[in-house]
Amino acid sequence: MDVVASILIVAGAGLALLAAIGLQRFDDVFARMHSATKPATLGLILTLAGAGLTLPIPGAVAKLLLVVLLQFITAPIAAHLVGRAAFRTGEELDPDTIVVEEAEFINTHPRLLED
Amino acid sequence: MNEVAAMVALMMLALAALLCIIRLVRGKGLADRIVALDSLLLMVVSGLAVQAAITGEDTYLDVMVVAALLAFTGTSMVANFIERRGP
Repeated sequence: MDVVASILIVAGAGLALLAAIGLQRFDDVFARMHSATKPATLGLILTLAGAGLTLPIPGAVAKLLLVVLLQFITAPIAAHLVGRAAFRTGEELDPDTIVVEEAEFINTHPRLLED
Repeated sequence: MNEVAAMVALMMLALAALLCIIRLVRGKGLADRIVALDSLLLMVVSGLAVQAAITGEDTYLDVMVVAALLAFTGTSMVANFIERRGP
C-alpha cells in the first residue's frame, strides 16, 4: 500500500512538473492552456489518490473525492472562459496555431459586436 | 508514506510552482497570467495533499477544498473582467 501510494504521489508531482514546463515552452495562451489544464488535472488526481491511500482518517477519501470532482467540473469551464476571453480580445496567436473557420464565425457574430 | 518519495514529490512540485511563477511574471497578457495563477493554485493543492499524506493531519483537506473552489472563482472572475474590458 505504501509503495503504491508513493508511486502515485511521485507520478502526480511529475505530471505537475510537466504541466509547468509546458507553460514555459508553448508559444501562445491557447497552447499553454492545454498544458495547464489536462496534465495538471491528471497529476492532481494521481496525487490525491496516493494521499487517499495513506490517510488513516475516515472522512479523508470523501474530501479528496470532493476536490477531484470540483477540479473535474471547474477545469474545463475555467479553461473555456479564459480561452474565449483571450480569443475575443484578440490575444496574440502563434503562427503555428490553426484557427478553425467556426471560431472565426463566433468572433464576428453580430451579437458580440453589439457590446 | 515513504519519506524519500515525499521529498522528491515536494521538490518536483516546488520546481513546478517556480516555473508557474516565472510565467506569471513574464507572461505577455492578462490571459497568460491567469492561466499561470490557476495552475499555480493547482500545484498548491497537490502540495497540500502530499503534506497531508506525510503528517496524517485532517485540517489540510479542508484547506484543499477551499483552495480548489477559490481557484475556479478567481479564474472565472478575471476571465469575465478580460472580456468586459476589451482588447
